[in-house]
Amino acid sequence: MSDTTAFQHRHLLSVEDLSKRDVELILETARSMKDISRRDVKKVPALRGKSVMNCFFEASTRTRTSFEIAAKRLSADIVNFAPTQSALTKGESIIDTVRTLYAMQPDMLIVRHHGSGIPLRIAQTLPNVSVVNAGDGMHEHPTQALLDLFTMQEVKGKIKNLRVTLLGDIAHSRVARSNMLLLTKMGARVVVHGPRTLLPYDVEQYGVTVAASVEDAIAEADVIMCLRVQQERLHAFAFPSTREYARYFGLSAARLRATKPDAIVMHPGPVNRGVEIAPEVADGERAVILQQVENGIAVRMAILFLLAGRDTKETV
Amino acid sequence: MTRARAVPIEKVLMTAQQLARAIHTMARQIAGTCHAEATPLLIVGIHTRGVWLAKRLVERLSGQGVACELGTLDINLYRDDLSEVAHQPVVRRSELPLTLSGRAVVLVDDVLFTGRTARAALDALIDYGRPHYVRFAVLIDRGMRELPIQPDIVGRAVATEPRHNVKVQLVESDGKDQVVLQELR
Repeated sequence: MSDTTAFQHRHLLSVEDLSKRDVELILETARSMKDISRRDVKKVPALRGKSVMNCFFEASTRTRTSFEIAAKRLSADIVNFAPTQSALTKGESIIDTVRTLYAMQPDMLIVRHHGSGIPLRIAQTLPNVSVVNAGDGMHEHPTQALLDLFTMQEVKGKIKNLRVTLLGDIAHSRVARSNMLLLTKMGARVVVHGPRTLLPYDVEQYGVTVAASVEDAIAEADVIMCLRVQQERLHAFAFPSTREYARYFGLSAARLRATKPDAIVMHPGPVNRGVEIAPEVADGERAVILQQVENGIAVRMAILFLLAGRDTKETV
Repeated sequence: MTRARAVPIEKVLMTAQQLARAIHTMARQIAGTCHAEATPLLIVGIHTRGVWLAKRLVERLSGQGVACELGTLDINLYRDDLSEVAHQPVVRRSELPLTLSGRAVVLVDDVLFTGRTARAALDALIDYGRPHYVRFAVLIDRGMRELPIQPDIVGRAVATEPRHNVKVQLVESDGKDQVVLQELR
């Protein structure tokens, strides 16, 4: 890789916008960032004086905290915007809320919202701000997919032809969508499985294969990713009960024993113990869930750094 | 009609032989002036070419019986010009002991010019702990400082103008050893 690069993106809204080179650059930068987080002084002055605003219109502790730590480790100033304490409860519109925040001149907005496309809408409305999508509705969660990829590469080495299985509520999962897009872009072989009611019609368009059963899905997998069963997204019962889900679709210790001995288990969190994943599997030695969390900070530091330092003459 | 791009005029400042002698001189100076007590002397190369030079110095010094260790440092997160550079530098990993507290450190770079890289390197080092001391070794000092930074060990000093560019070429990264002076017109 050359000594310089021009990261041309102003925003990170979707994994689809990234080229393979962009992804490789993010991962390489994240490796350096991870080193910083292991030092005694976990801070570098790279983003000193920049202000970052967390605009989380949807509940989150893990992602919000991860972005906050990432910004602070780069010496940026970060403010958390909490909608439950805001004028949104008095009926202010999203755009008005964001315009008000914008008047405080942030350099970057990190947006999570239950409406798909809101981060894009914000990016289109506000000039001179970088918008990072921290999860929009059922659309995408690009930083999660990037940290998942980073973790896979860290443990498994290469991504090309890596066999990755996604298990669970694929239809409602923005984590699933971002992962499918990113993994296929980087040449991995993706298999999905879940209850028929939670598999999108024509999911093969993402370049993935649908397995007939959990056992089929995980038999040859190098990476097994368990998606959270999202009770809050289900307006109608997609399966009779969580017990039945666990029995037919959960990653139990027994099911894990029938996989390749070096296959790893991932989960974006938070984990529903005993539903999509057995507690002993989540806590077991094949699971890299905590590594994902550590890598999340490194990857988010990399993204904030690259967006803040982008070539300002050519912006997307 | 397209204007032909101005081709810089190049003059060789140091041949491979002269470069090797300069490194030899630097190693001798380091051995003579940089003493370490309990732990080995830490020779830290600044990415990218500083690293290759540091490696050669470690080889020389080890050959002379001086206990030393190689480290590498990427200073791109400590630069003062991140929002101004047209092309963003790729951040590489720094390989340093977890803590530098109490260590004798020699920072190595290929060319010393404005001094801003050295300033960034010092800031980066301090974030790894409190070194016993830091000495600064450069192959070429081309003058024109913008900060109060001076080298302790110099391979060769060259008087230059703002229109000059001094390029150190090394076998490891450029296929050959030489130092050229480019004149940009």
